[in-house]
Amino acid sequence: MKQENFYNFAYLDEQTKRMIRRAILKAIAIPGYQVPFASREMPMPYGWGTGGVQVTASIIGKDDVLKMIDQGSDDTTNAVALRGFFELTAGVESTTETSEASIIQTRHRIPEDDLTEDQVIVFQVPIPEPLRFLEPRETETRKMHALEEYGLMHVKLYEDIATHGHIATSYAYPVKVMDRYVMDPSPTPKFDNPKMHKMAALQLYGAGREKRIYAIPPYTDVVSLDFEDYPFSVQEWPDTECGLCGATEVYFDEVVTDDHGGRMFCCSDSDYCEKRRAAGHTGKQPDQAAEV
Amino acid sequence: MQIATTGLGAVSPGFSDPVHDAQSVFSAVMRAMSRPGRIEQINERLEAPSPANNAVAAVILTLCDHDSPLWLDETVAGAEELKSWVRFHCSAPITGDRATADFALVTNPQSMPDLDTFALGTDEFPDRSTTLIVQVSSILENGGWVLSGPGIESKHKIRSDDLSADFIAQWRSNRELFPRGVDVILCAEDRIACLPRTVKIEEG
Repeated sequence: MKQENFYNFAYLDEQTKRMIRRAILKAIAIPGYQVPFASREMPMPYGWGTGGVQVTASIIGKDDVLKMIDQGSDDTTNAVALRGFFELTAGVESTTETSEASIIQTRHRIPEDDLTEDQVIVFQVPIPEPLRFLEPRETETRKMHALEEYGLMHVKLYEDIATHGHIATSYAYPVKVMDRYVMDPSPTPKFDNPKMHKMAALQLYGAGREKRIYAIPPYTDVVSLDFEDYPFSVQEWPDTECGLCGATEVYFDEVVTDDHGGRMFCCSDSDYCEKRRAAGHTGKQPDQAAEV
Repeated sequence: MQIATTGLGAVSPGFSDPVHDAQSVFSAVMRAMSRPGRIEQINERLEAPSPANNAVAAVILTLCDHDSPLWLDETVAGAEELKSWVRFHCSAPITGDRATADFALVTNPQSMPDLDTFALGTDEFPDRSTTLIVQVSSILENGGWVLSGPGIESKHKIRSDDLSADFIAQWRSNRELFPRGVDVILCAEDRIACLPRTVKIEEG
């Protein structure tokens, strides 16, 4: 029996897609504002990207090419599982190449290569509310957004400095979109925050458990919050290069390679690393490629 | 038992392939909304119910259903063919109260009610606002409106001559309400362009 006959195209029924599509249009019209939507139960647990999956299922067409990444990698569990889900339910073509994809769903990195106008990047978001750990009540955070009352967020960043001597927030680093809404860019490493600013591709964020969708249209100002004397900065790895491809200006994974303390750094973006190796770049531990 | 079939004989078909046609139209609307003023093509062909044009019919089929009240302007408020078509294909409640409508169909843009009489959302829920589906005869590329804002790298230029003379002034007021405000989908026969509430329009 053919499995795909069991489901509507891309799993969701058409009424659900329409509801999500209406939310997406509102999200695009109000950049950074979290639009409530009637999130459905999906055939995967919360935390596995049910929000991102519902957004992707609502925008994907039969001619789309889908790339699915978990952190930077196409090969890890979440990416493989969700790619399989869409291959099964939508029958769409999938790819690992950033440049080939028309839709990229991610948890939570943004690929190293620049995205284009013809692409959409869909983020899986666990906690969409940037103020949630500072103020647990939804009624209050909603009011704070309405009044543009974001002083508390700066207090949090200040406390980081008071405790650690620098802003120690390294992921889910709050941003301000179009000088209006403070937004949680999902637990994306702050290394990727600068890529959100005036990105050519449309960014869509879906939070399934929390039932929110938000968006950043292309070419929109996205500023990471900071202080004049403690400006925003991204992670740096001095004197480190990818063990496989030798890249330096990328986000690194640290990988344990044996039981004797051996380790290496390599590109978190697996497609970027493969492309570089194919182009002849090589790092100091190329023989570890099979292991990684 | 008599089953009321009034008008149903006149209902023309919806999408020939409901799933993929709706996806394709939505994709065009999403691209247009995220790049305000860029004209997108609607490739799906419909027997649009009079007096709606093709793009209007496609957008309604794609976005409206029983959860989204639709307001009709004076010109079409009595258009039985269109109303039967909307009821049959979308089950969308047709409302006479535009201040609570999710969507509003404006087929005569010259006499479009003031933008601030539609649902504008609240400061806490700015998404609870009306999206205007405005039927126009043409959208001109490189026309006299200069658009800027999110979604636009430098400038987009379009124009629609169907809108009333004070539309630009009204739009300025709409934009000042941000994050509240209405969004507009301009629909010519097979072309659409969107004006989300963020976009700035200047006469150039």
